[in-house]
Amino acid sequence: MNAALLPIIILLPLLGALLPVLAIRLGRTASAWSAAALSGIALGLLLTLVPQVFAGETLLYRLDWLPAYGLNLALRLDGLGVLFALLILGIGLLVILYARYYLSEHDPMGRFYGFLLLFMAAMLGVVLSENLLLMLIFWELTSLSSFLLIGYWKHRADARQGARLALTITGGGGLALLAGILLLGHISGSYELSVVLASTETIQAHPLYPATLVLILLGAFTKSAQFPFHFWLPHAMAAPTPVSAYLHSATMVKAGVFLLARLFPALAGSELWFYLVAGTGMVTLLLGAYHALFKHDLKGLLAYSTISHLGLITLLFGLGTPLGAVAGVFHIINHAIFKASLFMAAGIIDHESGTRDMRKLNGLWRYMPHTATLAMVAAASMAGVPLFNGFLSKEMFFAETLHHSWLGAWHWLLPVGATLAGVFAVAYSIRFIHDVFFNGDPIDLPRTPHEPPRYMKVPVEILVALCLLVGIFPAWTVAPLLASAAASTVNGTVGGALPHYSLAVWHGFNLPLLMSVIAIAGGALIYVLRHQLFALHARLFRPFDAKALFERQLEQIIGYARRLTALLENGSLQRYLMLLVASAVVLVASGLWGSPLSGPLPAGEVDAVTLAGALALALSAITTTLWHRRRLVALIQLSVVGLVVSIAFVRFAAPDLALTQLSVEMVTIILLMLVLYFLPQQSPAESSPLRIGRDLLLAVAAGGSVALLAWGVLTRPYQTIGDYFMANSLSGGGGSNVVNVILVDFRGFDTLGEVTVLGIAAIGIVMMLSGLQLKMPTADAAGRPWARERYPMILAVISRPLLPLALVVAIYLMLRGHNMPGGGFIAGLVTAIALILQYVASGIAWTQQRMHLDYIKLTAAGVLLAALTGLGSWAFGYPYLTSSFGHFTLPLLGEFELATAMLFDLGVFLAVIGSTLLVLANLGKLSVLKHTLKEER
Amino acid sequence: MNHWIILPIILPLLSGLLLLLGGRWAQSRKRLLSLLATAALLPLAVALLLQVGDGSYRVYALGNWPAPYGIVLVLDRLAALMLLLTALLALPSLWYATRGDDGHSGHFHAIFQFQLMGLNGAFLTGDLFNLFVFFEVLLIASYALLLHGGGAARSRAGLHYVLLNLTGSSLFLIAVGVLYGITGTLNMADLAQRMAQAAPSEAGLLHAAALLLLLVFALKAALLPLYFWLPSAYSAASAPVAALFAIMTKVGVYAIVRVYTLIFGAEAGVLANLASEWLWPLALATLLLGAFGALAAGTLRGLIAYLLIISVGILLAGVALHTTAALGAVLYYLPHTTLVSGGLFLLAGIIRGQRGADEDRLGSAAAMPWQATLGVLFFIGAIAVAGLPPLSGFIGKLVLLSAVAPGPQQAWLWSVVLGGSLITLIALSRAGSVLFWKTTGGASATVTLDRQQLLAATLLLLAPLLLSLFAAPLLAFTEATAQQLHAPRGYIAAVLGAEGPLSLVATQEVAR
Repeated sequence: MNAALLPIIILLPLLGALLPVLAIRLGRTASAWSAAALSGIALGLLLTLVPQVFAGETLLYRLDWLPAYGLNLALRLDGLGVLFALLILGIGLLVILYARYYLSEHDPMGRFYGFLLLFMAAMLGVVLSENLLLMLIFWELTSLSSFLLIGYWKHRADARQGARLALTITGGGGLALLAGILLLGHISGSYELSVVLASTETIQAHPLYPATLVLILLGAFTKSAQFPFHFWLPHAMAAPTPVSAYLHSATMVKAGVFLLARLFPALAGSELWFYLVAGTGMVTLLLGAYHALFKHDLKGLLAYSTISHLGLITLLFGLGTPLGAVAGVFHIINHAIFKASLFMAAGIIDHESGTRDMRKLNGLWRYMPHTATLAMVAAASMAGVPLFNGFLSKEMFFAETLHHSWLGAWHWLLPVGATLAGVFAVAYSIRFIHDVFFNGDPIDLPRTPHEPPRYMKVPVEILVALCLLVGIFPAWTVAPLLASAAASTVNGTVGGALPHYSLAVWHGFNLPLLMSVIAIAGGALIYVLRHQLFALHARLFRPFDAKALFERQLEQIIGYARRLTALLENGSLQRYLMLLVASAVVLVASGLWGSPLSGPLPAGEVDAVTLAGALALALSAITTTLWHRRRLVALIQLSVVGLVVSIAFVRFAAPDLALTQLSVEMVTIILLMLVLYFLPQQSPAESSPLRIGRDLLLAVAAGGSVALLAWGVLTRPYQTIGDYFMANSLSGGGGSNVVNVILVDFRGFDTLGEVTVLGIAAIGIVMMLSGLQLKMPTADAAGRPWARERYPMILAVISRPLLPLALVVAIYLMLRGHNMPGGGFIAGLVTAIALILQYVASGIAWTQQRMHLDYIKLTAAGVLLAALTGLGSWAFGYPYLTSSFGHFTLPLLGEFELATAMLFDLGVFLAVIGSTLLVLANLGKLSVLKHTLKEER
Repeated sequence: MNHWIILPIILPLLSGLLLLLGGRWAQSRKRLLSLLATAALLPLAVALLLQVGDGSYRVYALGNWPAPYGIVLVLDRLAALMLLLTALLALPSLWYATRGDDGHSGHFHAIFQFQLMGLNGAFLTGDLFNLFVFFEVLLIASYALLLHGGGAARSRAGLHYVLLNLTGSSLFLIAVGVLYGITGTLNMADLAQRMAQAAPSEAGLLHAAALLLLLVFALKAALLPLYFWLPSAYSAASAPVAALFAIMTKVGVYAIVRVYTLIFGAEAGVLANLASEWLWPLALATLLLGAFGALAAGTLRGLIAYLLIISVGILLAGVALHTTAALGAVLYYLPHTTLVSGGLFLLAGIIRGQRGADEDRLGSAAAMPWQATLGVLFFIGAIAVAGLPPLSGFIGKLVLLSAVAPGPQQAWLWSVVLGGSLITLIALSRAGSVLFWKTTGGASATVTLDRQQLLAATLLLLAPLLLSLFAAPLLAFTEATAQQLHAPRGYIAAVLGAEGPLSLVATQEVAR
């Protein structure tokens, strides 16, 4: 039952994130209170569970989400989880209070608290997840919500860039972590921590262990700003200071070391772990400590100090020893406490004096002694001075560096490095205090500093009090929390004893104490020599801005991406078509490769007529291409292609197809001529000889491929469903013209679709032409004006009696179509041609006056008739388009046949006429409009 | 007789024709009719899904001609899923369009209905040539929709689009011709049966035809090296049209899934799984190049267009893996990416309206009056489309990534998918921070926001929330769908009967 509180603890800030956004309408304090109340309640709920966990229990909560894929809403509360949840909620509460006074009137406070709660929920999710995939989800959510927090001051370029930098690095690390977790789950067979933490041997013996480890560490190191991913952290300082205090003390960056702690039982202990984790930690520790000293920006110093301390914690976990882990957990607590208070103090100084530059900030002791005292305590803790909490964990750290079993003869590297880092830590801590509060008088401060509002200091006071309490009375304060957290870190789920460790302040005279003494003395010395060192540092290291470098690199990559994209997507239709055709050639060739091409059938005899036809076809196709720049000539050549194809259909006994092809040819050629009227008669030469050569090769290859395919098919025995059509056409479809029965019955659905396509195309052309303004040519290329007599008399006279004749032919063709060559499609085309002739011979205006047809409606009615005919069969319980036919006898006419398919054919007939004339009339209109305008003038 | 199956085709056809006949109707009446007809597809698709949710098939023999002689429509889980997805995408897109993008020529709604007819027909048909016909319907309708509203950019992009696709249609015909010439059938179930028994001497021709078909579908799906037309075409289209087009690439993906599991799937003998060796490298390369394109995009719409290309890479990489688990993941990811991309296109349309002359260029501009609302929507859409937790994009990728066993294939898939995610993340964070943060000056007071358009976009952008909330049942369904696809015998038996007319008896009389 108690475990059921776990989801509530996460959901409170998650769903409550909207509350401060709404509450801001009641005022800033209301907004802050709402945020505080939510975190307070969550903290209260958490505290009720703490005794159970301290008693050694691990609370588990589980709700299935995607059990089949191992992703469940499984939560877990153990010592480590309690520690982190306490830090997240506790420091979160203090930050909420602090931010209420830090944010200015212009800052949208509701949004700030909303983002903060969202982030808080994500962090709680990370530390309370039992399921690793669920943890990853929250992990990425921390990246996303921190993006919003860092970019909160969106008008500032550095905030926007810092936010993107942080998101790129930590989000990218999250993706690596996803891969790592997937591998981990694959190895251990489950994504549940309880299982994973108990499979140490399986995991470390697995061949995928190194890959898994590296991927997981990538996630942890990017998040915890470990070298070489540390550079995002200083730039995240562009965020408001409460955000920095929260993200960089207790939460965001701690998620990485949390992960190290969480998976410590499963992954730690191997040689690879030591070298990767301890090595990275050591480098980061030294690098951060060194650079912190040379930052003139108060928050910059704290940022690098954070990096350094994270390195320290990483190093401790990297040792792989239980005591190292204990020290690591302990330092997580201490660092969170002192670093949060230091950030808040820095924020107060910035807020009240207007700058964070330590070269200007001097002698503030006089103006804000209270704040100065608080900052001094926290800084002493950061430096590791005895009686402050930082000293305890640092002492444990020094001791651990002495007792490790790795590195052999080089084992002294670790303690020396640790001491050196300690020296720098002391130096920058002294600088933080001495430069700011003493060291002469302030220089050019934008504001006269003074103590902040009372409640802005309260959070700092609480944290500083904790520094002292933990530092002086560790056994009475932090001991149970540390014991419980450390136990769950070291032992995972298997309960076990912790190695002995002592929280005493005084351990007697020993090496660690000596190291501390060296650190303090050395640090003080370095601080005294700081001016010389600054000069040396300036000479050694040119100012190096990682963000600028990152932005530059990114810009460079984007530049490459742009060039690559422009290269690929160059807007050339020729290129795209070339790729399409070339791909077709390659695919066909690879398909045909290695298989026999010819089938068993011998090639048939070729007679002279067929050969001549084939040659004419090939020749006209070639000349069309050759003369494509002279458009009219090319069009004539193209019409020859169509004619020869029609003749070929006749040659191979397909009169229907021949008729159709012929009519289609005529209509399209006429329409194309109309279009050509608006185009220049010649198209310019655009292709280089090289391109022409390439295209020629491609054309030969493509044509050759199709020829090969045709050869392959034609030399193989031919047995198709066509035989069934032959057999069933008359008996089942009521027609002896199989082609027509296929069109209107067997495959009437295809015809319906194609007629629809025709109609859509016509309407599409209308849509395209509506409102189109085209330049009218008044003369041809040679400068000769267009002929004045546009409608030749003889043609007009002949065309008129032709119309009724053609209509009779069309009706005849349609009626007989079911049994003999003909049908609605051909009839429609014939009618259309006769009508087109009227347009050509007598002009659009003359024809339109006599034709009161709305072609759009005609087209639609035709398709509708065909579609509804199909619907009729439903009434008889048959599927769509089931045909029916019967033989009737009428006096005079004798016996005749009626089939529903004929109705369908009538629809096709109408649709073909409608769409053909629709296109013609609209193309014609383009010219009519202009002509009539001219005549009016 | 169960006529439900054909309704998703007939209903838009009849509504489209009615809209044409009522050419002079007031725009409001056309809108109402169009919206009603589109809305009706939604319960229809749900009903159809329920009919075949148990793994059964529904076969509809048009003209009452038995397969393989007549044309059949086949409804299975995949077809039903695609129908539902089409309806889900179409309704908000259409709603958005009725707020002003449907003017100009008066025929927008008719064409929109024909487009839906083409889509639904392509998903339902069980006949290869009929698939060609529906490809034509949706191609020509989409061309008209693309040009709708006019302008130079649209005309140019439209010309590329239509010419490439017409060339593709010719290739489709050649491929179908070869298949018919060798096997003598067009019915997909019958074709599947014949492939399993194809003689080695015919394998070469069949192989060539199969690859040619793959090329046609890849052109539709926008796979490398055939996707270059897409960004400019989709950027040029009006917002609701671009949103609807989010499913156009999925038609290609659908066709690949259908044809290369059913006809050229695991049981196709010498031709088994022949698409994979081409799909796998090309899909991964598409994903990467798409990600670079997204990074390079100069406008929001261009960015979304490239995100579509990335999604095609992910989907087809999953298809190429040829496992049930991967295909299940793909079929979960497909609706996710379609709906989110559609929503983002609508959102881009609204953002464009808010930024005046700066349109959707990714550069600093005056603040948008509705900055915060649009920002939240963009954030949700970006998380979803980049595949970040906790939205459905993440779940889809997670399931897909865990569907491959360790080995070189896994290494490739993981690095490319995760690397692509990172690049997408960078591109989206840049776009978002420029659009919503890097603003110059205050918001213009004259710009208004159409709440209904906003609602339409929101509806689509809510999809990833629901998809991830109900991920378990959805994934169970897509997994079952994948299993059904990988066992094509059920499909074949449903269409041809348990035995299947393997030998063509020319004289066979069929009782009618």
